[in-house]
Amino acid sequence: MNTFTDSTVTAVQLISNFDPGLWTIAGRSLGVSATAALIGCSLGIALGAYLGVARFRGRSALLTLLNTLLALPSVVVGLVIYLLLSRSGPLGFLGWLFSFKAMVLAQVVLVVPVAAALSRQVVEDVDAAHGEQWRSLGAGNLVRCVLLAWNERFALLTVVVACFGRSISEVGAVMIVGGNIEGFTRVMTTAIALETSKGDLPLALALGMVLLAIVGCLNALLALFRHWQDRHQAAKPTSLRGWVA
Amino acid sequence: MTSLISLQHVSLKLGHVQALSDVSLRIDAGEHVALIGANGSGKSTLLRVLNGLHDVNEGALQLATCRQAMLFQRPHMLRTDSLTNVALGLWLDRSLKLRWHQAKASALEALSVVGLSGVKLQNAATLSGGQQQRLALARAWAKEPELLFLDEPTASLDPPAKREIEALVQQMIAPHDKPRPMTLIFASHNLGQVKRWASRVIYIEQGRILADLPTAEFFDAECLKQHSHQAFLFLQGETS
Repeated sequence: MNTFTDSTVTAVQLISNFDPGLWTIAGRSLGVSATAALIGCSLGIALGAYLGVARFRGRSALLTLLNTLLALPSVVVGLVIYLLLSRSGPLGFLGWLFSFKAMVLAQVVLVVPVAAALSRQVVEDVDAAHGEQWRSLGAGNLVRCVLLAWNERFALLTVVVACFGRSISEVGAVMIVGGNIEGFTRVMTTAIALETSKGDLPLALALGMVLLAIVGCLNALLALFRHWQDRHQAAKPTSLRGWVA
Repeated sequence: MTSLISLQHVSLKLGHVQALSDVSLRIDAGEHVALIGANGSGKSTLLRVLNGLHDVNEGALQLATCRQAMLFQRPHMLRTDSLTNVALGLWLDRSLKLRWHQAKASALEALSVVGLSGVKLQNAATLSGGQQQRLALARAWAKEPELLFLDEPTASLDPPAKREIEALVQQMIAPHDKPRPMTLIFASHNLGQVKRWASRVIYIEQGRILADLPTAEFFDAECLKQHSHQAFLFLQGETS
């Protein structure tokens, strides 16, 4: 057997035997990325939805900046967050460096531009088509961005999944601000990088498989949800009652 | 009669397009005014200016304080139930100062007026075009507007749906049991509808008003020819 086949067999054994080392890392990775995606999407979608409906001086420059940030290298984010959180940095007093919080913060910074840029496009398109009807009814920018974002919630769900994908698959930022400390800040991507450099390919491959499986499951769930939604759209009404006074 | 709307030398440029050029007109309360003209002539733009959706570049627009509602060719409904869609339209109108439960009660009544009580809990985005337009009409009806704008409200509907909408609008603009007469301003390509609803017809071409006549005179070929040859040619083309 060659190295790849060997490694794959061992990786499958690690997964099926519920190797505690592997599942701890996978759990931590999920925790960090899910938290970052949740916070980042909340901020990014709100910002994107507002930018989708609002017109103001400097908007074009802001959109250019936002689109530029889409290509933000994760190591650069890691470096900047490291400098901010280091003992002598402006946020050093928080004591977050090499912690779960630092990794979440770095991933939030990576996720916000993605969520904002994608949701801006979604909301801007629907506002261009129908926004004036809502303006005619008396909806200002704030109300319109909430209504239209809510109306496009299924499209925005895809944005959330894309953001989660971005955060769970990045390695540079979490490596720098988390420090890849075993049992504390080691996540799947940093573990893969480390195990590969050490030559422990089965563990690296097993982690890679788990990573792919998680993203795959998430996308499958999303597809199932959309399928269910399409089938039940006519029959099951939704309501805004929760947030309208 | 009281002047409700007054436009003086209004011009509007949308991008590089001169949408309205030197438009002056006065509309009194209770008038039913039809805006007609070819596609892209400026009818819809003029309606949007009057509804406050576009700011003018030049000229003066005076609009008396009154409750307004506007119906679009293709109404947009949120992916939620019909009742919420109508109630939201009322709740958003700050002049009505309705609380959510009051808006819902009014919306319920409006739905029964347009015959859509049966779909009040159905997702509005899944209704047919005709039902969505009736829903939009319910949203407008519930506001009890003094000024109603209609932008080709039946243009994308099939004949039965068109008839239903026409009947509802007719009911809405009829002067009976209303303290103040409703003013109607609508854009339409449907000359039959113009004859049925309008008391006055304005012909627009390339953003300019070329004819502004009482309906009977507008449809009198000789009279129209005297006032505006372009409007006469347009009408000939539409009726031939």
